[in-house]
Amino acid sequence: MNSDQMYEQVMQRKNKIMEDSLQIDYETFKQGAIAFDYEKMMSDLSYSIDEVMNIQNETQVGQTPLWELKHLTKLIRKISPKGKGATIVMKDEAANPSGSFKDRRAALAVYEAKRKGFKGVIAATSGNYGAAVASQAAKQGLKCIILQETFDSKGLGQPEIVEKARKCEALGAEVIQLSVGPELFYTALTMLEETGYFNASLYSPYAIAGVESLGYELARQVQEQYGKEPAAVCVTHAGGGNVTGTARGLKKFGNKHSKIVGVSVDLKGLHMASDEDFNRKSFTTGHTGFSMPFTTNPDRSDVPRNAARPLRYLDRFVTVTQGEVFYATELLAKLEGLERGPAGNTSLAAALVLAQQLDEDEIVVVQESEYTGAGKHPTAQLNFAKNQGVTVTKGDPHDNKPGSAIVIPEHIQQMDVQEVDIERIRKSYLRNILNKVDARNLETVDKEFLSLEVNRDLDYIESYLETEITFHHS
Amino acid sequence: MGEIKEGTWVEIKNILLRPEDRSNRLPDDTKKVSYEMRARGYLLEDTNVNDQADIKTLSGRIITGELVEENPGYNHGYGPPVMELLDIGEEEKKILENK
Repeated sequence: MNSDQMYEQVMQRKNKIMEDSLQIDYETFKQGAIAFDYEKMMSDLSYSIDEVMNIQNETQVGQTPLWELKHLTKLIRKISPKGKGATIVMKDEAANPSGSFKDRRAALAVYEAKRKGFKGVIAATSGNYGAAVASQAAKQGLKCIILQETFDSKGLGQPEIVEKARKCEALGAEVIQLSVGPELFYTALTMLEETGYFNASLYSPYAIAGVESLGYELARQVQEQYGKEPAAVCVTHAGGGNVTGTARGLKKFGNKHSKIVGVSVDLKGLHMASDEDFNRKSFTTGHTGFSMPFTTNPDRSDVPRNAARPLRYLDRFVTVTQGEVFYATELLAKLEGLERGPAGNTSLAAALVLAQQLDEDEIVVVQESEYTGAGKHPTAQLNFAKNQGVTVTKGDPHDNKPGSAIVIPEHIQQMDVQEVDIERIRKSYLRNILNKVDARNLETVDKEFLSLEVNRDLDYIESYLETEITFHHS
Repeated sequence: MGEIKEGTWVEIKNILLRPEDRSNRLPDDTKKVSYEMRARGYLLEDTNVNDQADIKTLSGRIITGELVEENPGYNHGYGPPVMELLDIGEEEKKILENK
């Protein structure tokens, strides 16, 4: 290997490669010691909601149906206290060209790449986003390379990810499959440098602006069909882009009261960079392995300033188990006649519980669905889990243990959500910031930034910092 | 192992980083194995399996690696029916019908 291709050498060139492959000067948005002007970044670099929708419309993305899940709503009302049981609606994002809401993000990223004169795009993703970028590159006439973390050291591929590779190749993209490790980012850097292609990062301002149309559309559809705002919008939460873009879109439509509920599959205890744990996960996205680190430290992403900032928007954050999501996926097929991919149904599992807590005349939104197929299906995932030594049983979902036991509910009444304490998440976010900077060096603009970041007033930040300074420096 | 003909769709593999060259921030089980890649493309000249081969990928890049196999398949599927899923919906339909 040439020495300039070694891990440390490439990582040292990270900022330059990022700048060349995105052509964004993030320095212009910098403020104070740690702050940056997020709204200025989003408005300067990105597109208005009308422009977003026009660009997506050109490539057949968006304008997906909003379905009332009539049988599931009726079922929930049967088991809810009198007067409870909100109407459950689902935004059928599987109707997008490559089968998921990720087309919205890819449409904008590829459009921006083409506008800036790049010949091709690169994305490092094991999920639906790869297929979305491949589809958009085909539509907009650019070359496409997708890098995905696919297999463990024995060469065994995760079926959901192998299916994504098939789909990307079917759409004409080159797929580079990698073994387990965060060096996916290193490989992406070397390939961006080699090809001079655009970095179609999931976390650029374009990729987030692309999701705003989803929030905007669903707000409009609920308004038109029910004459009100949804009480709750359940969003499958991983890297934070889905929560951020959807919440921003709802606000842009004018919604003021809808609660944003982030929902993740609980994979506590499984290490995301572990070769041995890799194939013991039955979900490769929408899980806490992404949502926890990305909510408490968004700038750990592959761009200098992540445009996905979920903590600004989350009103509530809950987890569900793998077994509960498989159960919800089956119910959607059996009672609604809609066979959809399991990962996208993470928010459905939570909506079945939240609807029981809300009044009958309220609306709860399941904000996405995704395509399903070989590998990416409860049957495929559970057979794979069994082959990996994970037990699959029916019973109380509280007995679910990530990586060793998947417990599928026997009855709808067993469905539950676990609350994530957002106050703890805020503290964890602030601790991560104070690991990088001395609290005494923070300027007013930094404190204002932190207040927006954790969605709390300035007094909250002042009092947190005071405690920190007293504790560490007295 | 046999020779594969030029123009055949093949898979290659490469070690990108040996354990000692990998990131320092890895759990032990990952740190002790190599970081590997696999890619597919058209074989540029007749090559024996396990030998170094040049391929042209779908994006038009020419890359080199150890030749693994010809006509690499997509072998992911569904597998046998999962009994734990089969009866989901029956009880719920009864609740809907008030039985």
